[in-house]
Amino acid sequence: MNAQNHATLLDVRNLEKYFPVRGGIFQRVIAQVRAVDDVSFSIEKGRTLGLVGESGCGKSTLGRAVLRLHEPTGGRILVDGWDITGLRRNQLDEYRRRMQIIFQDPFASLSPRRTVAQIVREPLDVHRIGTPNERERRIIDLLADVGMGAEVRDRYPHEFSGGQRQRIGIARALALDPDFIVADEPVSALDVSVQSQVLNLIAGLKKKRGIAFLFISHDLAVIQHVSDEIGVMYLGRIVEQASVEDLYTEPKHPYTQALMSAIPVPDPAGKRSRIVLEGDVPSPMNPPGGCPFHTRCPQAEEICRRTAPLGVNIGSTENPHYVSCHLHA
Amino acid sequence: MNDMPETPLLRVRDLIIEFATENGVVRAADKISFYVHENETIRLVGESGCGKTVTGLSILGLIPSPPGRIAGGSMKFMGRELVGLKDREMREIRGRDISMIFQEPMTALNPVFTIGNQMADVLMRHRGLTQRQARTAAIEMLAKVSIPVPGKRIDEYPHQLSGGMRQRVMIAMALSCDPKLLVADEPTTALDVTTQAQVLEQISKLQAEFRMSVVLITHDLGVVAETCRRAIVMYCGRIVENAAIDDLFTSPRHPYTKGLLDSIPRIRRHRLAELPIIPGRVPDLLHLPCGCRFAERCSRADALCAEQAPALVPAEKTSNLFACHHPVPEMPVERLS
Repeated sequence: MNAQNHATLLDVRNLEKYFPVRGGIFQRVIAQVRAVDDVSFSIEKGRTLGLVGESGCGKSTLGRAVLRLHEPTGGRILVDGWDITGLRRNQLDEYRRRMQIIFQDPFASLSPRRTVAQIVREPLDVHRIGTPNERERRIIDLLADVGMGAEVRDRYPHEFSGGQRQRIGIARALALDPDFIVADEPVSALDVSVQSQVLNLIAGLKKKRGIAFLFISHDLAVIQHVSDEIGVMYLGRIVEQASVEDLYTEPKHPYTQALMSAIPVPDPAGKRSRIVLEGDVPSPMNPPGGCPFHTRCPQAEEICRRTAPLGVNIGSTENPHYVSCHLHA
Repeated sequence: MNDMPETPLLRVRDLIIEFATENGVVRAADKISFYVHENETIRLVGESGCGKTVTGLSILGLIPSPPGRIAGGSMKFMGRELVGLKDREMREIRGRDISMIFQEPMTALNPVFTIGNQMADVLMRHRGLTQRQARTAAIEMLAKVSIPVPGKRIDEYPHQLSGGMRQRVMIAMALSCDPKLLVADEPTTALDVTTQAQVLEQISKLQAEFRMSVVLITHDLGVVAETCRRAIVMYCGRIVENAAIDDLFTSPRHPYTKGLLDSIPRIRRHRLAELPIIPGRVPDLLHLPCGCRFAERCSRADALCAEQAPALVPAEKTSNLFACHHPVPEMPVERLS
C-alpha cells in the first residue's frame, strides 16, 4: 500500500466525493450526499480491482472520481507516485491518455452520428497521435483486437447489437494504449450469451496488454471472473477488501455474506438458505450513525449503532484482507 | 404432471404476433403454444428480442396496434377466446382476472398521483368499492406486500419510494382485485440483488396465498431455478424447449438451452481460464434463416438444420418438449428424492 512500491500504478487515499444538495429560495447548500466517503485502495500494474455493490453505493462515482471526471472533494489520487489531484486541465491530459473508461450503456456512450472509424479514431485525433495514415491503420488493428473486421469501419452504431457496440467502446478505450481502464458495468446491459464473450475479451486484453482495471459491477459472479482483488462497497465506503480467493471462500462482512447468498443460483437442486436483508439501502444524504450497515445487519449489536467500525487487516501483510466490522475488530 | 385439471386456465395455441416496421414485417412471436394451469407458475425465458415480452403483453391485449397485431392463433382464458376481443371487453378482464407487473416500476406508475390514488382507481373500477373502502383495501394490500407504515406510504408519490418499494406497490396494485393470472415481465431485473431476493420471495408467497397462476418472464435463468416447476425457453420468436425445471437444468435437450445455462456467470470454486460462450449473435428478425434459427450458432447443426425448421416434439419418456433435429443426448437424471 505504499507509493514507493514500483509495481503500484494507482494509489487512492482517503478519497471523498460529496455532492451538495441545494434547497430553499437562496439555493443554499442544505445537505451533502456522501457518494464516496474516505475510500483508500491501490492497484498494481496489470492487476484488476473489482468493485462490487448495489446501486447508489457510490461505485460509479468512485470510478469517475479516480479519473477526475468527477472532481473529488477530498483525498488524493496518485499515479506512479505522482499526485494528480491538484493538476490543471492541460497538465492532466497526459494522465488522461493513460487512463480510459468503458461505460455501461453501449447505446448511450457512442455518438449515433459517427461511423465506427470516427468513434475509434477520436482519441487519436484529440491527442494528435500519428499521421492520418497511421491512424487509419491503427483503427483496423484496434477493431481486430476486439474481434471485429475492417468492413465495419464505415457503419454506424445503430447497425450493431449491444455486444458489438460494447466492443466498439472497448476499441475506443484501447486507442491510446492506456495502462489503466475504468470499466463501469461493461456487461450489465448485455444478454447472457454475449456477456461472457465480452468478459472473455476483457480478460484476454488484460493478459495480453498488461492493462490494469478498476472493474465496477453489481454482479459478484461477473466480477469474480475478471478480478484479482475485490472491494465491496456500501453507502460510499469500502466495507471489505480482499483477494478473490479469500473473499469468495471466506466473506467476513455480514453485507458481503448477504450479497453472496442473494445471488439466484441456476440450479434447482442448489437452493440454499438465503440471508434476506430487511429494508432498503439508507439514503447517502442521511446515512445512519455508527456502522452504516447496522440498520439492515442481521448481526448488529449495541456498539454498531454507536460507533463506526474502522477497517482492520485480518489477513497477512502479503495477502491483506480488510474488513470494517465490529465483529472482526 | 398427471394430477392437472382437465382444462387449463390459459391455453395459447399457434399464436403469431407481427409488427410492421419500415423495413418490412417482423414476426416477433411465431406459432407459440403453451398451457398455464391453475395455481401454477411458469417461466418464459430468453434473451432480448426472443419474443417473450410480446407474448406476455398479448395475453392482456396490450400489443400496441398499429404497428403490432396478432396475426394468427388463439388464446383461451377460462374457456373464453381472448384473440379478437373488443377493447371494452378486454378492459373488463385486464386488472380483474389477469394482471401484469412490469420491469421498470417508475415508468409503470403515474408520477403525478399518489400511490393511494392509483390503487383506489383499480379497486373502485373493478370491485365497485367506495373511495373510503378502496383506501382501506389499498392499505391492507400494501401491508400484504410488506411495505412498512402503509398508512403513511399510501399518501406518497412514486418518486418518494425506492426501487424495491415501487415494485412492491406494483405487485400490490396488480393483486388488489384477486386476479387468477399474473403476468410478471422481468419484475426483478431493475432491482439490486438483495431487493431482488425480497421481491421474488414476495411473489411466490402471494402466489400460494392468492392461489393464482403466474407467468414470469425473465432473461435470468438463475431466477428461473428458484421457484417454478416448468420453464419455456424462447429463441428468435419460437419456443425451443418446454420442460419441467429439474429436467431443464440437469438435462437440457436443446443446444441453445444448454449454451445459455453454461454461459451464465456463476461463482465458481476455481476460476475458469475462459467462460463458456455461445458464439456469434442472434440473427436479425428481418432476415431469419429458413431452417432452425439457432443453426448458425450451434455446434451440433448440419445441412438438415439449415434447410428445415425443427418442430416442437415431445421427448421419449417425459412430457417435455423440444425443437431440435439433433438434441443433446439425455443425461441420466439422478432425482434427489
